[in-house]
Amino acid sequence: MGLVPSVFIENMRVRQMGSNDSKEAAREIVVPGELLAISSKRAGSGTYSEGGKIYAAQMGIKSIRPDSVSVVPLSGQYMPMRGDLVVGKIIDVGSSNWLVDINSPYPSPLHVNEVPWRVEFGETRKFMSVGDIVLLKIVGVDEIKRISVSMLDHGLRKLAGGMVVELSPSKVPRVIGKNGSMIQTLKNMTGCRIYVGQNGRIWIDGELDNMVLAVKAIKMIEDEAHNLGLTEKVKRFLEENKVTGA
Amino acid sequence: MSKDVVADLKRDYITRLLAKGMRSDGRQFDEMRPLKVETNYVGSAQGSAFVQLGDTKVVVGVKLILGEPFPDTPNTGVLTTNAELIPMASETFESGPPDQTSIEVARVVDRGIREGHAVDLEKLCLEPGKRVWIMFVDVHVLDYDGNLFDAANIGANAAFKTAMVPNKAAGLGEDVPLPVKHQPISITTVKIDGKLLVDPTHDEERVADARLTVATIETGNVCAMQKGLDGAFTLDEVFKVVETSSRIGADIRSRL
Amino acid sequence: MGGAPTDLKLIDERGLRLDGRRPDEMRPLKIEAGVLNRADGSAFVEWGMNKVMAAVYGPRECHPRHLQNTERALVQCHYNMASFSVEDRKRPGPDRRSHEISKIISEALTHVVFTEYFPRTSVDVYIEVLQANAGTRCAGLTAASVALADAGVPMRDLVAACAAGKVANTIVLDLGKEEDNFGQADIPVGYVPRTDEVVLLQMDGDLTREEFDKGLHMAVGACKKVYEVQRDALKRRYSARAEGQEEGA
Repeated sequence: MGLVPSVFIENMRVRQMGSNDSKEAAREIVVPGELLAISSKRAGSGTYSEGGKIYAAQMGIKSIRPDSVSVVPLSGQYMPMRGDLVVGKIIDVGSSNWLVDINSPYPSPLHVNEVPWRVEFGETRKFMSVGDIVLLKIVGVDEIKRISVSMLDHGLRKLAGGMVVELSPSKVPRVIGKNGSMIQTLKNMTGCRIYVGQNGRIWIDGELDNMVLAVKAIKMIEDEAHNLGLTEKVKRFLEENKVTGA
Repeated sequence: MSKDVVADLKRDYITRLLAKGMRSDGRQFDEMRPLKVETNYVGSAQGSAFVQLGDTKVVVGVKLILGEPFPDTPNTGVLTTNAELIPMASETFESGPPDQTSIEVARVVDRGIREGHAVDLEKLCLEPGKRVWIMFVDVHVLDYDGNLFDAANIGANAAFKTAMVPNKAAGLGEDVPLPVKHQPISITTVKIDGKLLVDPTHDEERVADARLTVATIETGNVCAMQKGLDGAFTLDEVFKVVETSSRIGADIRSRL
Repeated sequence: MGGAPTDLKLIDERGLRLDGRRPDEMRPLKIEAGVLNRADGSAFVEWGMNKVMAAVYGPRECHPRHLQNTERALVQCHYNMASFSVEDRKRPGPDRRSHEISKIISEALTHVVFTEYFPRTSVDVYIEVLQANAGTRCAGLTAASVALADAGVPMRDLVAACAAGKVANTIVLDLGKEEDNFGQADIPVGYVPRTDEVVLLQMDGDLTREEFDKGLHMAVGACKKVYEVQRDALKRRYSARAEGQEEGA
């Protein structure tokens, strides 16, 4: 071993493909160990470099850019990154923090200093208990992957009601869409409040029939994330099944 | 871990849908999920079947070996059922000796096929008191999305239908088909918020108040039942479930 | 390993084996990726008469906690044979052989997984043999590699595996059940094609150094073919899907 793969060193998450990608190379499915480029370009996420060559580390879509080569994975665990918005669930309560499951291999402690209320030592249970759903931001990930989360930002809070849909974190970019276009479409046409967590959890609330519609649309996106014309298909689906009065 | 974390978030959503007569996967309350059965799935067993019920996938293997009968039933073969809920099938299954859930699945499936006389055990007796065929029914769960009882029961019935008694290997003549007598099919129903739903998914099982599995044979007679979970059924509900189980059981039976 | 019954011709006059194969011929191999719904990654391998399913969960929190490694992920493999997978029904649960196989497969996979990027976690790999006909550990390792890739676990490469052996004084590839029972040697090999590394190797029987050399090379050659089948299975899983992922709505 002894190599230093650049898989997770960068801070920049490859969320979307830019339009200046080489379309041919971009659509190719690659598998771990596959040679992607012999180049001095930067080995981006989903890849590693060895001896001046860049190889795929995960199964996914090859993406060649002017200055880097990366792989957009088709599956994989959610690996938290600073700045991510996540939908979490409280799984334990301590005297000065809560433990949050963020659908990642690492449960995250939410400290009393990171919530918008003044919480006395031992009073944590009065504010949030096991089972509560929360909207949080990842504020830190250290070298041994200890995660810190916070509720101290605009819009972050405990979520009440609604329901949470889980899908593979690698599909989240499709649910958001280019410049948020897909998520806007979903919200507009179902009238639901929707929060998309980077961790593959989506919170939805609204009229029951609209929620059912939103859930179906998200399932469609998950199943067909790979297909062309998905945005149009989803738009059509929502149009045809629109709940009157929504 | 995370799949189970979210499951109870769905309780509210499921119950709200039920109030409007809907299930989260769009099925009717008395509708089974798509069923796929492939028999003779493993050549190493005398009979076998791969069953896919919705996303639940199980393999049932039937193996016959020669042995001694139980002292209190010297004239019949021996039937023994085992279920392995292996960790591969769900993050909620742990490795190790069978837990209560695995044991319950095995015993309920066993009850259905034994009391329903799926196999004529007397025909499996070679020498009364001395030599009989011992029939092992092994249920191996590969992918879990609820309702192991029915998936395993259907698998066992399908496996019996195509199983052969290995006489040749035992020097007892030609192989013959396993002496199948009846096809006791079990149908499982759960009660959520007073509504009765057939063939529950994992999400539905998790939020269910009570569960009732009923095995019936061709005549509509009931041969085995098991109520589970800590809720309760009214008598009317019990009769309703028995009726539905018999009707749906007949349909499944006709497709095997 | 032992003497065959006198009427069993492991290699006939034409140099063909019991099932008609030539000494350097592999049994038919089929791999399907992503066959289970619940697991993070999965693969099903049909190799000759072997039927093996592999599933991966993780990286996830490491259980048991005391085995946790603060610097890297553990790759924990659990190899198991279903009761009905063998001629003589096997009692459920792992026996000593299963424990050993689990260990060596864990070690083989650990070599290729980027474990240092998931400290304190476990990558759990489950291998179930549904039907056995010799070579199940190679089939299992082959399936497990595909399942890991299907789960999106970052790896340097896939591990391909195949066994070679000696029957009737001939070096042969990919032993079948009778050949394994009545042959003279068995060499299961796990191999990483890109780096030409051997990550699993066992041997039992009696071989001269030349015979072993020939056997190992034969097995490695086969591993390269197995590798192509693994890659194809993964690409096919999503081949219809490649086109739209880029659209980004």
